[in-house]
Amino acid sequence: MLLIYCPYCEEERSELEFRHGGDAHIARPTNIADISDAEFEDYFFLRDNPKGLIFERWRHIHGCGRFFNAARDTVSDKFYMSYKAGEPKPYIPGVSPASEKPLSENVGETYEATEGTAK
Amino acid sequence: MSGANRIAGQGRLTPARTARFTFDGKTFDALEGDTVASALLANGVHLVGRSFKYHRPRGILSAGPEEPNALVDVSRDAARRQPNVRAPVQEVFDGMKVESQNRFPSLAFDIGGINNLMSPFFAAGFYYKTFMWPKAAWEKLYEPFIRKAAGLGVAPTEEDPDHYASRYAYCDVLVAGAGVAGLSAALAAAEAGARVILVDEQPEVGGALHYDLSVKIDGQNGYDWAQATAAKLKAMENVTVLTRTTAFGYYNHNFVGLVERVTDHLARPDRKLPRERLWQVRAKRVILATGSIERHMVFANNDRPGIMLASAARTYLNHFGVAVGRKVGVYTANDSAYEAAFDLKRAGVTVAAIVDNREKPGEGVLAEARKLGIEVLAGHSVVDTKGKLRVSSMSVARNGGGSARSIPIDALLMSAGWTPSVHLFSQSRGKVAYDAATGRFLPGTYAQDCLSVGSCNGTDGLQATIEEGLAAGELMARATGHEGGGKVELSGENAFEWTGGMAGSGEGAGVDTTVKAFVDFQNDVCAKDIRLAVREGMHSIEHIKRFTTNGMATDQGKLSNIHGLAIASEVLNREIPKIGLTTFRAPYTPVTFGALISHSRGDLFDPARKTPMHAWEEAHGAVFEDVGNWKRAWYYPRSGETMHDAVNRECRTVRSAAGVFDASTLGKIEVVGPDAAEFMNLMYTNGWDTLKPGRCRYGIMLREDGFIYDDGVVGRLSEDRFHVTTTTGGAPRVMHHMEDYLQTEFPHLKVWLTSTTEQWAVIAVQGPKAREILEPLVEGIDMSNEAFPHMSVREGKFCGVPTRLFRMSFTGEAGYEVNVPADYGEAVWEAIWARAEPLGACAYGTETMHVLRAEKGYIIVGQDTDGTVTPYDASLAWAVSKKKTDFVGIRGLKRPDLVKEGRKQLVGLLTKDPKVVLEEGAQIVADPNEPKPMTMLGHVTSSYWSENCGRSIAMALVAGGQARMGQTLYVPMPDRTIAVEVSDMVFVDKEGGRLNG
Amino acid sequence: MRKYSVFAVAREAMRGHKGWEPQWASPEPRKEYDVIIVGGGGHGLGAAYYLAKEHGITNVAVIEKGWLGGGNTGRNTTIIRSNYLYDESMDIYEHSLKLWEGLSQDLNYNVMYSPRGVMMLSHNVHDKQSFQRHVHANRLHGIDNEWLTPQQAKDYCPPLDISATARYPINGAALQRRGGTARHDAVAWGYARAASDRGVHIIQNCEVKGIRRGPDGAVTGVETSKGFIGARKIAVSASGHNSVIMAMADVKLPLHSVPLQALVSEPMKPIFPCVVMSNSVHAYISQSDKGELVIGAGTDQYNSYSQTGGLQIITHTLDAICELFPMFRRVKMMRQWGGITDNTPDRSAIQGVTPVQNLFVNCGWGTGGFKATPGSAHLFAHLIAKGEPHKLASGLTLDRFRTGRLIDEAAAAAVAH
Repeated sequence: MLLIYCPYCEEERSELEFRHGGDAHIARPTNIADISDAEFEDYFFLRDNPKGLIFERWRHIHGCGRFFNAARDTVSDKFYMSYKAGEPKPYIPGVSPASEKPLSENVGETYEATEGTAK
Repeated sequence: MSGANRIAGQGRLTPARTARFTFDGKTFDALEGDTVASALLANGVHLVGRSFKYHRPRGILSAGPEEPNALVDVSRDAARRQPNVRAPVQEVFDGMKVESQNRFPSLAFDIGGINNLMSPFFAAGFYYKTFMWPKAAWEKLYEPFIRKAAGLGVAPTEEDPDHYASRYAYCDVLVAGAGVAGLSAALAAAEAGARVILVDEQPEVGGALHYDLSVKIDGQNGYDWAQATAAKLKAMENVTVLTRTTAFGYYNHNFVGLVERVTDHLARPDRKLPRERLWQVRAKRVILATGSIERHMVFANNDRPGIMLASAARTYLNHFGVAVGRKVGVYTANDSAYEAAFDLKRAGVTVAAIVDNREKPGEGVLAEARKLGIEVLAGHSVVDTKGKLRVSSMSVARNGGGSARSIPIDALLMSAGWTPSVHLFSQSRGKVAYDAATGRFLPGTYAQDCLSVGSCNGTDGLQATIEEGLAAGELMARATGHEGGGKVELSGENAFEWTGGMAGSGEGAGVDTTVKAFVDFQNDVCAKDIRLAVREGMHSIEHIKRFTTNGMATDQGKLSNIHGLAIASEVLNREIPKIGLTTFRAPYTPVTFGALISHSRGDLFDPARKTPMHAWEEAHGAVFEDVGNWKRAWYYPRSGETMHDAVNRECRTVRSAAGVFDASTLGKIEVVGPDAAEFMNLMYTNGWDTLKPGRCRYGIMLREDGFIYDDGVVGRLSEDRFHVTTTTGGAPRVMHHMEDYLQTEFPHLKVWLTSTTEQWAVIAVQGPKAREILEPLVEGIDMSNEAFPHMSVREGKFCGVPTRLFRMSFTGEAGYEVNVPADYGEAVWEAIWARAEPLGACAYGTETMHVLRAEKGYIIVGQDTDGTVTPYDASLAWAVSKKKTDFVGIRGLKRPDLVKEGRKQLVGLLTKDPKVVLEEGAQIVADPNEPKPMTMLGHVTSSYWSENCGRSIAMALVAGGQARMGQTLYVPMPDRTIAVEVSDMVFVDKEGGRLNG
Repeated sequence: MRKYSVFAVAREAMRGHKGWEPQWASPEPRKEYDVIIVGGGGHGLGAAYYLAKEHGITNVAVIEKGWLGGGNTGRNTTIIRSNYLYDESMDIYEHSLKLWEGLSQDLNYNVMYSPRGVMMLSHNVHDKQSFQRHVHANRLHGIDNEWLTPQQAKDYCPPLDISATARYPINGAALQRRGGTARHDAVAWGYARAASDRGVHIIQNCEVKGIRRGPDGAVTGVETSKGFIGARKIAVSASGHNSVIMAMADVKLPLHSVPLQALVSEPMKPIFPCVVMSNSVHAYISQSDKGELVIGAGTDQYNSYSQTGGLQIITHTLDAICELFPMFRRVKMMRQWGGITDNTPDRSAIQGVTPVQNLFVNCGWGTGGFKATPGSAHLFAHLIAKGEPHKLASGLTLDRFRTGRLIDEAAAAAVAH
């Protein structure tokens, strides 16, 4: 059973309180009525299903009720960090592809940074 | 007398405290604290079971949970019977009944023993190569035979009367194992102030100190130190010490499952106590001090009763005061077994010889053996044993050949070395690493916040173990923010440092393929079977395991895995780590289902949801049906009525007078906020801008892929407030679906969602007399048709309490749904009933509701739709706004397959014979004579006897259904074919005039 | 290949079983193959076998990252049935079931297909409607599946609690008598042996690291831990890892991989005669020939490649098992494990061509792929050989997610075990 950090409640809670919500950072097209069949397939069905780093949605359904995002490793099931819905996809040092490294030094906060303990 | 083999002055049990039990019907005396194994051994009983495949006589091999042979059936009474209990683990209680397993007719004479004679035929994997002819014989003949022969114990046949408990716990440091390492770690962590949970599977802490009398810690006898330390820990507020508790599973994120055996050792347990308790512990840090397990030697006929692990014999002597034999032999590849010989010798037992397959045993133990006058045959092996139901002699030969010498013995103690228990470490997804120097798999790369200490970490030597434990305890306490207390120091001394050890088959296992040198005792896997598997191309250890079943018995390879690996390595001429290691899986030892489910049974299995009116319904004879978690009144049979009678009466009554129906289970969501209408526009296919406050609309909700997800009537209470209803089963997922879009896709909308399902009790009153029934109870609402037309909602008072009164109908009659705060539901229902009954109305249940709505062609999402139906398929095109540029599902609906011709559409069906009621789920064809596989056009989704129509009616999904109006189709049943005509779906009051009452 | 028979076993028994040969060869890879199948599970090995047997294509390699049958083939609860709802599903599962019925003889390897009956319990009106829909659809399709009363269900499976006081009383059951179980490892080994005998190369411990494509975009081979191996066609059948492999050719699939858990009890004497499934309370149970109760649990909710999952998934399933069979509360769990299942949005498999030329995929079997093994393998072989799907698998193509022609067994039956 996972231990999940809710960025709204600002604490770790048991997986029993959460519901997984699929991949994160897949925005519903604002012009959805006008997109092609292929674009709709891509938006609604096709997924990276990565082995390794995944950005995924969770909802603290039996807690604050909020949706948020998390970066996790699908092999070790370890979380790198959780962050609020709407925040940009964070750069996970040493894990994210170098091409995604932001120009500024203002990288996403990790668990280590927020929790102050080595995970 | 508690057994002839109990040696006065030995062991820690109290001679005066006896308990009596039976084994295979014979009564034996035991001492309190005995295990079944120690008690049987005390009474000279070695033969306790039969093996899985060959039904070979088997004795007690170990003194712990790794026991593969001595599995027995233990019962307290008929319903409290437990198969496959490990005799060395189960404590004796007065009155317990123990039976041996897997034998017929008796343990000493077992017909299944014929398998042993047939064993050349039953080589590993033989069943893959035969039993294929004739084809049907596998299932009818061979398989039943194999199943009956296998299987060990007999499953319980009565419901378990015991109860189980469950507890969630949190701690800073969980320490698994309370031997020297674990106690040291727990002590250091506890002194530093960490919240500590220390668990051990045995009844007392101490681990190896149970048998190792030579250990002294801080000048105290080791075992006594352990008990004193445990007592000290127990007295600390921040420490929980759990004995008889197994850490059985190490899951994600430091979640560890423990099972505590609470009453199985008690003669007369308090019935209030659970039998076992499941602990689900989330630990910030875990310290694994799980010790190591002695391996047996692999040689010919190494399985006879009386042959056991050396450390087990030591435990039986030093803890239980039992000598496992009068004249024992020792066969070893490492030093530790010598100490068993020394202890037995000092206790007055004859040690026939120590056979050591090493040329150079450890100096220290050799000298001590000499001093005690024990013959040591170094560079020798035991190459065979004799003895039918108990070992009677061992054949010893010089390594590399030479004649064998037979030495009479009545017990043989063996040790091939020690296997670190890396089970929990490995379950934590840590990677083990092979230490070639010592031939052990040890914790390598850690995956979670844990540390291994002591012999499970490959740490040899007492002082090193103590220091490692203390350091780990301190480190883990610090890591969780505890720095209190002073430095804990302990010093230990013991007699010998152990060296040596081997894995795989020794000289005595022979290369001869008829030799039975057991690797896995319970599953009867011999060295030759491993070799055969390799010969057949099984080169991965997983293949070898699965082909031979090595390591798949109830001990899960605790003794056999390393030997199997070593034999494969030898045959393949490949290093052990290259062959791989099978995966360690939870549980460490088997865990009772009852403990895992704990409270989740009976009423608590899945608690039933009941409406505020449930008690009234029950009192009025309602029969209930399960809808999701809800109990819903299904129908109200009167005396002598069948379900059919009752439903017909209810249906007639609603249309002729009125009916009262509990609709409280419908999901209800309050959608509030300045952007509520815009949000509704996005979530439903309908347009909501035009809906005036006080009016209602039937809404359809789609998934993004265009299929119907849910439906329900929505009332607009004010510009910024909607009262949304959902299907009974759909309420939670609809709420989740709405929250998802609101929070993540449309967060700019100012809307608040609240589930109000359980806030409102809902009483539907339907039928021509509905208004007459309700009117006197209503305050502040003009009930006239003009002021309060169909599909309206009003707020006011009902029986003096606030109400949201809906004018709506799911029956086709004029009707209302009275929403009142749930707490008033029953009282309001009573008040309505008091008016309704004299007016000739009835209470009706869900079945009548279904019939009445079907008579009107109203669909039920989930029954008439199944996740592949669009609003167009369901003749609900009118509910899909053509003006909107966006709503969830708008794009999905346009996909090629969803707009193509010939899709399945909802239509009505009328059987040619009006008396015939179709079966729901029945399939529809155009050509009843088409050979199978037939072309199925669709299926019957709803079908009822309609008392009001005087005939059967049905709804169906039919390919191209709208274009088939009036066509005759067929429903082929097993016994006949039913002709049907496609019709529209409205069977009663097609004009809808009754709605306006 | 030396034929297996009772006589062969007897002959070997006389000489200490020294004469058995390796069941399959372990050759070094060739430079190039006509077909490379990625994934040495039942589906992949079977496809190789049928390519050789039915299409005469023997220059084939099956490449397996670990050990044969080590994925979901070797870690499922071995339920076999064909009583699915939609034509597309019935076609393929019934095709499969028919192959199961003769598989031991065809392969000369006892896969222990045991048609002891698969019974699906109905607990409420909705279940009954759904199961009867299946029963009728199956019957008209020519598939056996019958409706039982609660008493008939109990007669077929005596441990079943059919009391009306149960939390979710049983109101009937659908029984497919030809359904049952088989020995999962034997399926992989039997196919491997038979395929190897026909010249197929089986290459274990060889991980695919990349898919190489030519200037025209068509595949040319795979990069592996044993170097580059050329291939004219590549067929991917890697269950939980399908997305990972296909990503190497830039093909994105509608899949998510989640752990499905299962457990066995300690072995006991025969007590449980058939397979019982309950979608409503979520429980799947049978008893193996060794005597263990084999219990299928649910999936964890999150994507994972870890082959483990949470304890709560196991306990939830045991809740249901003990509710249906209260006498099992004293039985003990001996081992639990997980497998990585690749799941599609409509819970039906995908088998077909891909946007990349000469790259074929067999994926999305989710939680129910074992039963499909022979049928899927057989039809996959056809696809690889002919370049287009067999009639019986024509509904399983990838384009359905674009057109909307879904085969929604999930909507019809909750879980596709």
